[in-house]
Amino acid sequence: MRLEITNLTCGYRNKIINDNISFALESGDIICLLGPNGVGKTTLFKGLLGLVDVVSGSVRVDGENIRAWSNKRLAKTIAYVPQAHTPPFAFSVLDVVIMGRNAHMGSFSKPTREDINIADETLAKLGITSLRNSIYTEISGGERQMVLIARALTQQPAFLIMDEPTANLDYGNQARVLSQIKELAASGLGIIMTSHSPDHAFLCSTKVALFLKDRSLLIGSALEIVTEKNLQQAYGIEIKIITGRLSNGREIQLCTPAI
Amino acid sequence: MDTHKMHQDQLCTEDRKKFIANRTGVLYAVLSVLFVVIFLYSVTLGRFSLSFPELFNMFWRKIFHLPQTWTDAAEIALFNIRLPRIVAAILVGGGLSAAGAVFQGLFKNPMVSPDLLGASTGAGFGACVAISLSFSTFGIQVSAFICGISAVLLAYGIAKVVSRVEMTFTLILTGMVISTMFSSFISMLKFVADPNNKLPAITFWLMGGLTGVNLEQVIALIIPLGVAIVPILLLRYQLNIIAFGDQEAKTLGVNVRFVRMLLIVCSTLLTAGTVAIAGMVGWVGLIIPHIARLLVGPNYKHLLPLSILIGGIFMMMVDDLARGLFTIEIPLGILTSLIGGPFFIYLLFKGRRSYE
Repeated sequence: MRLEITNLTCGYRNKIINDNISFALESGDIICLLGPNGVGKTTLFKGLLGLVDVVSGSVRVDGENIRAWSNKRLAKTIAYVPQAHTPPFAFSVLDVVIMGRNAHMGSFSKPTREDINIADETLAKLGITSLRNSIYTEISGGERQMVLIARALTQQPAFLIMDEPTANLDYGNQARVLSQIKELAASGLGIIMTSHSPDHAFLCSTKVALFLKDRSLLIGSALEIVTEKNLQQAYGIEIKIITGRLSNGREIQLCTPAI
Repeated sequence: MDTHKMHQDQLCTEDRKKFIANRTGVLYAVLSVLFVVIFLYSVTLGRFSLSFPELFNMFWRKIFHLPQTWTDAAEIALFNIRLPRIVAAILVGGGLSAAGAVFQGLFKNPMVSPDLLGASTGAGFGACVAISLSFSTFGIQVSAFICGISAVLLAYGIAKVVSRVEMTFTLILTGMVISTMFSSFISMLKFVADPNNKLPAITFWLMGGLTGVNLEQVIALIIPLGVAIVPILLLRYQLNIIAFGDQEAKTLGVNVRFVRMLLIVCSTLLTAGTVAIAGMVGWVGLIIPHIARLLVGPNYKHLLPLSILIGGIFMMMVDDLARGLFTIEIPLGILTSLIGGPFFIYLLFKGRRSYE
């Protein structure tokens, strides 16, 4: 499937944040969205999901404009993984994950045995079955992020939109979440994620979208886009890219600020 | 991962699942029994005392149209006064608790009560106007009902015009404003009311109570309550999701605007309906959902039915106290505040988890 954003201009009532953005996402792709704070990464996601005003342009799935879609149909196609936060009520992890099934249920019905089974399978797939009966508000940030990914997967979407999936995670959990994202893309999902670490673009993306300071967007492969010159333009600091080699011979790029 | 450990994990979750399911089942059973016991006790309680055997005899013979073996006074006391009153207590308790539970989820805040958007003060104002104009009891109810709903619609309408992306927060503020304005109107009415007969009537009505509730009033209450409770029960699953925020709920496929409006309308029907019959009875809508949440957790699948059940039990008990504690009746609102306040502090100590 193909998610295509064409000349999208969106923002809040009288403040345009994203101007004339165009790019496309295919099933199996991972687009890593980079850029400094306040440049409109989250707003772009909200524009994509119809959560902010879209002034002009379109978002199409296989050529069909999603603007006219119901919330349910949208949720069945595109799932959103927000940054982990704490809701005011102490739901169990299973309750939270089953919420992803809402898009597949009737408006007045409750989750069936099958919905619970799908939630259980997803928990098992992500290796977090042990969290099943834990209280969502009491688990760690990394675990909560995994639970939100599980919730998004029970929507059985074609595309995943992930807002800083590695935020607030320790080094090990960041790597775990990234490799999970790679696996999901390999299984056929199209994924857009934001990150504050350009390294992530090298690690798992098939495409990179880099917002520069002036809100213009560069799109291309990681090697084309994540260059010392572009990063300096985006973040306003000097950044060096170092090439290293893993023991299996694979070449990897790493970014480091030159301070 | 070795299969042995995985198997053990699975066993644990299975056991826990069963335990939780059993626990909820037991809870429903215990509370249902308690409900019946307190109902029967409430029926026997009162100046015209009836024993349990007499009571069963009366019900039994009524059902099978057997000849009457009791006095007419007993029949009137039971069927025209006591039963309508007890049913009214159940409806008021259940209705307020359901409305409170819904509002707490809708506004993502466990400290919210069903009068947040001005339903109670609006209804209170409507009743005061009707009392000042010497309306009949039925007229007072209708006026309370209409003004309660108008107050909420006003708060909702203003919030809709003012708010941009997330409406919830604006709604809380506009609700506060409308609520304050209506309580000023009430004060103004009290200030100009005839101090000999109208002022005491208004004051007494505002303190809440079920004195003199009759069968017709109860039937008139059942209709709006019944209409309101069905959508609430049907939408309770989506209410879970709204607790995660409007935008997140939207991405999960919830039609937030529609669900929220329907739930607000239904909860307002419940609140205004109960205020119309029982006056201002505070605290119930705040503490009962808390108790239910401590018992079964925040999932509305069980939280809502249990809130209604516990609310009914609680209100029957409070009304029994109101009737039986002294020779004169104590206004319900006073009792619920006296019980509710300290009890809420106890809940704050005990159940921090449920709201943090």
